[in-house]
Amino acid sequence: MFSKGTKRKFSDGDEEISDESLVGARVASSYSLQRQSLLDMSLIKLQLCHMLVEPNLCRSVLIANTVRQIQEEMTHDGSWHMVTEAFCGPGQSPSERLVATEVLCRSREQDAEPKLFSVISYEGCREEEVVADETLCSVSVSDTVSNVCLAGRIGQCWEKSELSGVERDEEALEDSRLGSGEDEEIDTEDGASTESPKTTGQVFGTFEIKNSSPAPDSALEELFSDVDTSYYDLDTMLTGMQSAPKMGPYDILDSLAPSHSSPSIVSTPKCRSDLNELDHIMEIIVGS
Amino acid sequence: NASSGATDVISTVEFNQTGDLLATGDKGGRVVIFQRETESKGESEELGESGEYNVYSTFQSHEPDFDYLKSLEIEEKINKIRWLPQQNAAHFLLSTNDKTIKLWKVSERDKRPEGYNLKDEEGRIKDISTVTSLRVPVLKPTDLMVEVRPRRIFANGHTYHVNSISVNSDGETYLSADDLRVNMWHLDITDRSFNIVDIKPANMEDLTEVITAAEFHPQHCHLFVYSSSKGTLRLCDMRESALCDKHSKIFEEPEDPGNRSFFSEIISSVSDVKFSHSGRYLLTRDYLTVKVWDLNMEKGPVETYQVHEYLRSKLCSLYENDCIFDKFECVWNSTDSVIMTGAYNSFFRMFDRETGRGVTLEAWRESSKPRAVLRTRRVYTGGRRRRGDVGVDSLDFTKKILHMAWHPAENIIAIAATNNLYIFQDRVNAENL
Repeated sequence: MFSKGTKRKFSDGDEEISDESLVGARVASSYSLQRQSLLDMSLIKLQLCHMLVEPNLCRSVLIANTVRQIQEEMTHDGSWHMVTEAFCGPGQSPSERLVATEVLCRSREQDAEPKLFSVISYEGCREEEVVADETLCSVSVSDTVSNVCLAGRIGQCWEKSELSGVERDEEALEDSRLGSGEDEEIDTEDGASTESPKTTGQVFGTFEIKNSSPAPDSALEELFSDVDTSYYDLDTMLTGMQSAPKMGPYDILDSLAPSHSSPSIVSTPKCRSDLNELDHIMEIIVGS
Repeated sequence: NASSGATDVISTVEFNQTGDLLATGDKGGRVVIFQRETESKGESEELGESGEYNVYSTFQSHEPDFDYLKSLEIEEKINKIRWLPQQNAAHFLLSTNDKTIKLWKVSERDKRPEGYNLKDEEGRIKDISTVTSLRVPVLKPTDLMVEVRPRRIFANGHTYHVNSISVNSDGETYLSADDLRVNMWHLDITDRSFNIVDIKPANMEDLTEVITAAEFHPQHCHLFVYSSSKGTLRLCDMRESALCDKHSKIFEEPEDPGNRSFFSEIISSVSDVKFSHSGRYLLTRDYLTVKVWDLNMEKGPVETYQVHEYLRSKLCSLYENDCIFDKFECVWNSTDSVIMTGAYNSFFRMFDRETGRGVTLEAWRESSKPRAVLRTRRVYTGGRRRRGDVGVDSLDFTKKILHMAWHPAENIIAIAATNNLYIFQDRVNAENL
């Protein structure tokens, strides 16, 4: 089905095809559509690495190799370029954007075949964005964000056998920073699912909740202005939150998608300002 | 004829060296041993008459475990069973789950000592004052009892999942292979093993190939082979170096550019490798074919048999439902003239190496009949459709025949079909195969 060079019958026989290249274009786009869906499918398969039983390493390696193959071909085709241009495209699924971005980030570093993985050693370009960005309260959580860290997760899947508890915490830490695509999305999947509450705390602990940061919704402030704050102080003490009315890590927890294991792609509300800023930074990095 | 047993999914099947015993392991960590009935009824053995296999012993080999360091469960599923060559009255077998290999001793007891001085018949300690004389306990015949005891536990040898074990012809050592390493153990020593292959890269993110199966040569105790997920076979000679990362020979078939697709690598992954009884050939199974390799020829297989080529156009769907990762086993018959492997829809395939022809058979039994006769089946792939042909889209992909074994000397095969074990015996001479 996916073998290259297989010609497909153009079934729309009623229309008169005057332009032969049109036929070719349709064939090509159908192929790239299928290739894209194969890529998405593969990424989802890798995502399901977080199970109680250790994942099958052979299967993971084979899927990862398939993803790499597709990515290589898309790079040669120039399709990667197209995908990144559509970075801010509304209709595009986040996974494509994020995967593409990673590749570009990496290929800039070395001329060797672009590696999709090793998010652990991922450059600080993302890190800087996340820490610098002050609109942390606008964090939204979705399952798609895991796709970004998917690549990292591949390494993690294999690493799982090797890691000690300490290392895993570190990784979760890294992931939380890397967990932003165009949004500040926390990588809660890795933090919340298999790891101890302590680690989750650590993950969320990386985000600095600044009192001075502007609330995303001033109406929220108004809403709570007349509430007896003593209760909040108690709450703060108990939950370790720094400031009460602001969105803290535990509020984010509440807004988590219920099942971290479901692979359905949830659309994320976008932060336009973040997008533009990120886009700008991306352009600098890619050197376009 | 056929018999069925086991209430759990069978995960491995293995005859012992004489074929009198047949062991199965299942997903629940249990091992069931069947024994072939001899002509115990006093009738003279007719030509082709062979005994049935009945349950001899059942025991719990592995229990579910938990790795506290990684917070992961360790399945109790028995991945492989291998018998040791028999040396005395007892039988020994190795069974392994993902992490731990165990050596079990299976022995019979048909006598028991009676007449202890200090214990009564039920084993309770007697009151000393009632003992008035001394006597020597005597052995009295009793009902046959089969005892199974664990004799060795080979733990902590593997970080990754054990996929193969193989007993060496030297009778003293065996190998165990996981995704990235092959270890050699001495049967008497459990606290250490020798690592003889290690393909783990320094950086795990560079990992692109894993070990899928390994086996010792049947005669040469210094040779073993291991297969990989990229479809290569590596023959290693342990005399060359302690760590056999460098192979003696590498068997690889060049890729067919005409058939190239995104699934090419996945379907080339070797799921099983077996030496022929002669030791001269290797049999491998990948997703769509079985191949016979000559140890003297590394550039490609000498024979290739299509198991279910009609699935080639369905690879994307099979990738989606994960069937493409199914690991089928393959076996030789006793004379290395016939090879057999499993497929879907409870079908399995046999290939006659002399004629090159293959036949599709079905592991199935009508519930009303106690015995089943092997039926030849056909998958319809075009041309004239015959009655009884099964369409490719009607195949049941949940009914996989992954595990099987062939009697070492006779035409008796054991096929595991999910929960059921089918034992087919050839009642006529082997000519019709």
